[in-house]
Amino acid sequence: MKKIFSKPAALSGETRHYCPGCTHGIIHRIIAEAIDELGILGRTIGIAPVGCAVFAYNYFECDMQEAAHGRAPAVATGIKRVLPESVVFTYQGDGDLAAIGTAETVHAAARGENITVIFVNNCIYGMTGGQMAPTSLIGQVTQTTPYGRTRENQGFPIGICEMIATLEGASFVKRCAADSVTHVKDAKQSIKTAFQRQIDNAGFSIVEVLSTCPTNWGMTPEKALEWLRDSMIPRFPLGSFKE
Amino acid sequence: MAEKVLMKGNEAIAYAAVHAGCRYFFGYPITPQTEIAAYMAKNLPKAGGVFLQAESEIAAINMVYGAAGAGARVMTSSSSPGISLKQEGISYIAGADLPCVIVNIMRAGPGLGGILPSQSDYFQATKGGGHGDYHMIVLAPSTIQEMVDITVEAFDLADKYRMPVMILGDGILGQMMEPIELNIAKTPEIIAKPWATTGTQCKRKKNIINSLNTNAPELEQWNIARQKRYDEVIANEPRAKTDIEGADVIFSAFGTSARICKTAIELLAEKGIKAGLIRPITLFPFPVYAYKDVKKPIIVVEMNHGQMVEDVRLAAPNVRVGFYGRSGGMVPIPADIVDYTLKFINEGLSEIV
Repeated sequence: MKKIFSKPAALSGETRHYCPGCTHGIIHRIIAEAIDELGILGRTIGIAPVGCAVFAYNYFECDMQEAAHGRAPAVATGIKRVLPESVVFTYQGDGDLAAIGTAETVHAAARGENITVIFVNNCIYGMTGGQMAPTSLIGQVTQTTPYGRTRENQGFPIGICEMIATLEGASFVKRCAADSVTHVKDAKQSIKTAFQRQIDNAGFSIVEVLSTCPTNWGMTPEKALEWLRDSMIPRFPLGSFKE
Repeated sequence: MAEKVLMKGNEAIAYAAVHAGCRYFFGYPITPQTEIAAYMAKNLPKAGGVFLQAESEIAAINMVYGAAGAGARVMTSSSSPGISLKQEGISYIAGADLPCVIVNIMRAGPGLGGILPSQSDYFQATKGGGHGDYHMIVLAPSTIQEMVDITVEAFDLADKYRMPVMILGDGILGQMMEPIELNIAKTPEIIAKPWATTGTQCKRKKNIINSLNTNAPELEQWNIARQKRYDEVIANEPRAKTDIEGADVIFSAFGTSARICKTAIELLAEKGIKAGLIRPITLFPFPVYAYKDVKKPIIVVEMNHGQMVEDVRLAAPNVRVGFYGRSGGMVPIPADIVDYTLKFINEGLSEIV
């Protein structure tokens, strides 16, 4: 019988801990497919964040390091400087990357560090039970914004791609989404391009993937996908910010 | 005769680190350790290595984490307030069992304190510093030549025990110049690191560098295994320089304070008082053995308000232990140490508490 579908070699067989309907699993899979298709598994080193994806080191089959909260781009820098022939990627959520790790992210990009950052933005802190994230939308209700995020109190969400694209060291900056087949295919192609940029020593690459958190948004998986499309994409427009 | 050159303490550490095979340095500017970074910036590229000025102390120590996890000999240096910022990363490095060398050229604190020399980070260095239940090996040189020798050894110890090693100096040792032997006799002991994340090359199972384990019984076993390594360190590595024969009173001090004590010992000899010195070279593991047979009172001299004195009291529970210290960038003056010693002696040399 002809085999038409299989688990990517870059993905481990470990059962993932993500909640039902969460799109982390999809994003893991497209990263793994990109690694497989580029044939770089043996020289790829991944860095797991603190947050929902903290166990990512169990889910990929490449060498992995687990970083302190927000520090993944600094850890990636250390690895890449020692092993310039390796392909180094970080996998970070919005709290990790855009709050506690903003400095590490911005400066890795400014240096043109030859690493790839996969930025999973779901507008909320998932692992700790649904607190306001730096990317939470105005009006968004979370555990720490029970009356909704307001511009007066918490201020505005941060557009990471918009900010990183202003830096000379950034080579590839793109925002994608994990809500539909079309968008997922685009996200996978973008991740492949980002890895290729790194292989070509072109500088810092980042792919932001808008993702859902049905559990902490308090929605069904289907409603969560709708909310991503109707509320997140207008504030975080998809597309390329730097190619 | 071996060729000697005059070198600053900070430069001597950097010079020795390159000899030890350190090819990666990540740092952030702070006085009074700046010459270490400057030396590395100039010399690491020539040696085929990388010097990188990070955006913060926090980023620098996490770059060290990444590089150490990738199997490199790597170092960072800072001074007290910067070392505080590194504590998160040091805890993760200890938790992930990574070898690296961290230099602290101490300045006065707390807070921003001042840029003048101090020894007030003894507790932070020897008792953990960051969160969790961990230790670093802490080495305290007191001459520039010793800074060289200890630096080479620091990298070997870090690799051997898979743990961070701190070289604890102070602003005086960092800035002063002394002759050192240009030719470093000790050959670095480079060992294989099969645990490092260097890429699987699709030829072995993946390696994971990590300190997280949400399974409590397993995490406890990790901690127990690490504590066993600390036990080995405590059994094998404590070191002190001891000169106490015939002494009526014994000073105990590390680093710069030990140098000052030597002058105080000369002044006391002129007054007919024979004083000795126990100088711990390893602060963790603390050289308890050096105090075992001490029968005379001890005066601990530090550039702080009494930190190592606690370890000395534990190591010598049966003798009277006094303390003399200065802080804030003030340095103990030999004549003041002599005055303190005379008062201490007048209170009785009955030795046993």
